[in-house]
Amino acid sequence: MKLITAIVKPYRLDEVKTALQELGVHGLTVTEASGYGRQRGHTEVYRGAEYQVDLVPKVRIEVVVEDADADPVIDAVLRAARTGKIGDGKVWAVPVDTVVRVRTGERGPDAL
Amino acid sequence: MPPLTLAAARIDTGDTAWLLASTALVLLMTPGLALFYGGMVRTKNVLNMLMMSFVSIALVTVVWLLAGYSLAFGDDAFAGIIGGLDHLGMAGIGPDSVTGTVPTLLFTTFQLTFAIITAALISGAIADRTRFAAWLVFVPVWTLLVYVPVAHWVWGPDGWITNSLGAVDFAGGLVVEIASGASGLALALVLGPRIGFKKDAMRPHNLPMVVLGAGLLWFGWLGFNGGSALGANGLAAASLLNTVVAGCTGLLGWLLVEQIRDGHPTTFGAASGAVAGLVAITPACGTVGILGGAVVGLAAGVVCSYAVAWKFRFDYDDSLDVVGVHFVGGVVGTLLIGLFATASMTGGKEGLFYGGGLGQLGRQAVAVVVVAAYTFLVTYGIGKAIDKVMGFRASAEDELTGLDQTVHAESAYDHGVLGHAAPQTAALAGSAHVPTPLSKDRSPSA
Repeated sequence: MKLITAIVKPYRLDEVKTALQELGVHGLTVTEASGYGRQRGHTEVYRGAEYQVDLVPKVRIEVVVEDADADPVIDAVLRAARTGKIGDGKVWAVPVDTVVRVRTGERGPDAL
Repeated sequence: MPPLTLAAARIDTGDTAWLLASTALVLLMTPGLALFYGGMVRTKNVLNMLMMSFVSIALVTVVWLLAGYSLAFGDDAFAGIIGGLDHLGMAGIGPDSVTGTVPTLLFTTFQLTFAIITAALISGAIADRTRFAAWLVFVPVWTLLVYVPVAHWVWGPDGWITNSLGAVDFAGGLVVEIASGASGLALALVLGPRIGFKKDAMRPHNLPMVVLGAGLLWFGWLGFNGGSALGANGLAAASLLNTVVAGCTGLLGWLLVEQIRDGHPTTFGAASGAVAGLVAITPACGTVGILGGAVVGLAAGVVCSYAVAWKFRFDYDDSLDVVGVHFVGGVVGTLLIGLFATASMTGGKEGLFYGGGLGQLGRQAVAVVVVAAYTFLVTYGIGKAIDKVMGFRASAEDELTGLDQTVHAESAYDHGVLGHAAPQTAALAGSAHVPTPLSKDRSPSA
């Protein structure tokens, strides 16, 4: 199994969710995140004083899938989240040893 | 304010009705100020900021009724400098007492609301780092030693600034704006800058609250300035209209500067500009015509939009710009009376542009210098004394944690997940604060 983590622009979240649902992904976790990459924040001005805000808001989407589904899921995220502009985010995948469904105790791919 | 005529000694119901309404309007300004200031601080200090204004209502009321009113508006005791002690605890004043054409008890209450907001205004200069207990001591002492004498000089019976010098302050450019601004500067110097001043981003946490506060201030200011005519008459109407006009031109002036200098017209700038215009028209609203009022507001909006950056250049942490808006706006308005005063409003005194020569401008300037020097020096002394006796500044731990939790044991917003407010760190709020007009000066100070 793989844990796929995607950091994307908040306003692309709905598109990513829809794309993953169409692929048959049953569940995902979304958290609000802050960070920066090449985009490097933005400036705000209050009473003439300029503030450099390094961290920009992003959403972090996490989903665990079977190995074979990893690439299609990553591709779907890329298609849904890409705007072509700087700050579109990152996607990565890491191996997962065990997944357990809390309600039933099922383990492994059955728990997905 | 027009001179008080004690001989008339008859209550006019129209005048009394308007002053009753005005008194309520001015009292509302202090909660308005609390919102104006509260929105400007960070989430961890909003309740403390609200409290510094709100508690001033209670503190000043008690000290005003005990001694403040008598010393400010009792019969002159010494050379136009201070009133007598005849009315301590409001002794000798009942429902039948008359001041001008209104009940003395109403006049007292109207003046009380001015004293309250003047004390509350100072809190903006020392936001985020003041020991609350020290503030509770400071406000009554300051009211008696600073506000009361200046109010007597300008508005009291035989007060020397109005009667001997001949300077004009219709509704409080000297007594309220310059006094609070100079006192704010003094305390900002006594307390020193906030931890992270000029280094960390200290952004306003709630600009809608700032705008709402500015709106309430403006609403109440109609009573502040209109009520200062002490009657329901043409002068009240003219003052009220000047108050509307100057707020508008102040707002537009500040936005114009921002658009040209920074590239964006900001919400914060609009609220600040309106207040700057209102500050400047306060001394002038009963002395200048509508055109003069428009110029006074515009001048304040433009000048104050630059003055708020002085704290970065000269390294005093006037956190919420009491100096930049109230002191500077008050000086602009008080001096411009010397140019724009018209006899149709003042009943005699005229400014340079209305045929009065430079004399009035000179008298206004003397009053500005004397009031600024007195209020700054005495407040600095009070601040140092309190600091020595009990400590005026919160501990570094309290300041970093936030005064809402450490002083009041409360959180303004239920944003946390574990029963406490989310921790605030400079990293999450942003950093590398660079004052725009001074971008060479990036060195952290604290």
